[in-house]
Amino acid sequence: MSASKPRTLFDKVWDAHVVERLEDGTCILFIDRHLVHEVTSPQAFEGLRMAGRKLRRPDLTIAVADHNIPTLGRAQGIKEEDSRIQVETLEKNVVEFDVPYIPILDDRQGIVHIIGPELGISLPGQTLVCGDSHTSTHGALGALAFGIGTSEVEHVMATQTLLQSPMKNMRVDVSGGLPFGTSAKDVVLAIIGKIGTAGGNGHVIEFTGDTIRGLDMAGRMTVSNMTIEAGARAGMIAPDQTTFDYVQGRDYAPKGAAWDQALAYWKSLPTDAGAVYDKSVFLTAADIAPMVTWGTNPEAVVPVTGVVPGLDGVTDEGARTQRARMLEYMGLTPGQKMTDLKVDVVFIGSCTNGRIEDLRAAAAVAKGRKVASGVRALVVPGSGLVKKQAEQEGIAQILIDSGFEWREPCCSMCLGMNPDKISAGQRCASTSNRNFEGRQGIGGRTHLVSPSMAAAAAVTGHFADVRELG
Amino acid sequence: MEKFTVLTGAAAPLPLANVDTDKIIPARFLKTIKRSGLGVHLFDALRYDKDGKERPDFVLNQEPYRKAEILIAHENFGCGSSREHAPWALLDFGIKCVIAPDFADIFHNNCFKNGILPVRLPRAVCDQLIDDSKLGGNARVTVDLERQVVIRPNGEEIRFEIDPFRKHLLLNGLDDIGQTMQHAGALDGYEAKRQAEQPWQPTLSV
Repeated sequence: MSASKPRTLFDKVWDAHVVERLEDGTCILFIDRHLVHEVTSPQAFEGLRMAGRKLRRPDLTIAVADHNIPTLGRAQGIKEEDSRIQVETLEKNVVEFDVPYIPILDDRQGIVHIIGPELGISLPGQTLVCGDSHTSTHGALGALAFGIGTSEVEHVMATQTLLQSPMKNMRVDVSGGLPFGTSAKDVVLAIIGKIGTAGGNGHVIEFTGDTIRGLDMAGRMTVSNMTIEAGARAGMIAPDQTTFDYVQGRDYAPKGAAWDQALAYWKSLPTDAGAVYDKSVFLTAADIAPMVTWGTNPEAVVPVTGVVPGLDGVTDEGARTQRARMLEYMGLTPGQKMTDLKVDVVFIGSCTNGRIEDLRAAAAVAKGRKVASGVRALVVPGSGLVKKQAEQEGIAQILIDSGFEWREPCCSMCLGMNPDKISAGQRCASTSNRNFEGRQGIGGRTHLVSPSMAAAAAVTGHFADVRELG
Repeated sequence: MEKFTVLTGAAAPLPLANVDTDKIIPARFLKTIKRSGLGVHLFDALRYDKDGKERPDFVLNQEPYRKAEILIAHENFGCGSSREHAPWALLDFGIKCVIAPDFADIFHNNCFKNGILPVRLPRAVCDQLIDDSKLGGNARVTVDLERQVVIRPNGEEIRFEIDPFRKHLLLNGLDDIGQTMQHAGALDGYEAKRQAEQPWQPTLSV
């Protein structure tokens, strides 16, 4: 590629990490950051052990347990045997392979995609991978960050590289001020509703436009986090002053002269004028309302003022079967108003919406109100530091006074690998990222919403338009 | 990793779009530290009722598909999480090839790392193969990777495209890590250059 050709943010980060381009175009790509957790790493460490290999760069690697640890009483250890074995296996492996590890009882412990940016581990312009699809989160900083499988985890451990073919460039542009009552979660749900769950397959999505620019880093991370739900492995947002202000001073971020050098480099990363995207999609923020998913994939989404769709206009036989199955699984009838749907459980947390800004938004709605009778409402901060800050700011107390359960940080009810699950037939308003069948528990019915919409559902007992709660 | 050359076997029809990784293998089965033994949980919610009994209407609970080695599905197969437990579960069940109009990127990658061949064919062709597969025990499909063809039960050959590098690795059952390590010199050079040009890049320790 000639130096003069205008390049996208993705092109620049990709080019800077190519170790070698093989004959057929596959690249050996250098990886700046490898985040490791307990669920997708044991077989990779085992592979290294069997081949007599070591980690090439433990100094670019960090491990934390987040997926299946309990949110209550963790100082007493993990009761579920298979979960405990998985965490103990990680704890043994990090010692054997000399990997930096944040222990479960450390304040800095949390969901890997929350603590990466929070501790300054993830930085603009880096390549960052993790055996988890929501690694796309870190792209909010202007990093190229994507999820990998366990074989690739082992590959990165052994070589600090991945074999990759370049992805294509896709641009999703959102313009205009965000309407009252809407947030980054509504933006990304609207995007997925528009382009579909496979809309980004084979691409990296760069989010552009003044709506995106206007989001704080937490909001940008929410958008980037759910890129994978639109089929794109990575989402990216050009680093700007908002990014730099966020990164500066964090634990692992460069300091002093190193900061100035880093900053100069990061400022060269945004997409050049005239760079070409393979695909572009445009949305107007004014059209976005508070969203609620109704089906079992994230593209099955409507504004809270909408109704459950039916089979009208769906001609493809496979699509009709799928929609009918979604309606049956979710226990819904076409034409039902979303605001008439009662909820049993509310979950506020996850790598999508477990940051301090998300908890503040939920508390603003919950303040002075009570969780409706019969509703179980759970708040799981994304990290120990988020939890501490929420307690210091008084947010935790507001939520507790309203009747929310206040828990220890981890992935929790997003995927129900720990004891936090919903039961068959229960309806849950969740700030997480996936509404797949059985995701939060066998037979559980998940509706994805923003933190303020989740709080609104908790205090009214049904989906409610947060704009009307004031 | 086992080589993938020519596969002839029963093909199971699964005419669903957006088959997600939670459907292929629910998260509660990911609490393992091994790669094997996941086949019994493949498509758990579709395959078993709430008492753990087989649902007779699910394709993999029917003959001859109990021994299916090929699966044919609709668009965006394998969407969702990065869990390699999804291809591990397919492989442990005995499925070595999935044919669909398209695949989610991470799942697609993960297949190749485990000797599973994902074949992209247009939706109309997939539907034709699904019709073929409903013929039952006689409906054996052949997938020839070297020649890049799927052979229908009636002998018709359908060509498919595949990345040449991935084809090479699959045909020879080659391990990616070994391949990359042959480029150790380039990697040493890259790291030295990175250190010189970006001395500000922080390292990690706890």
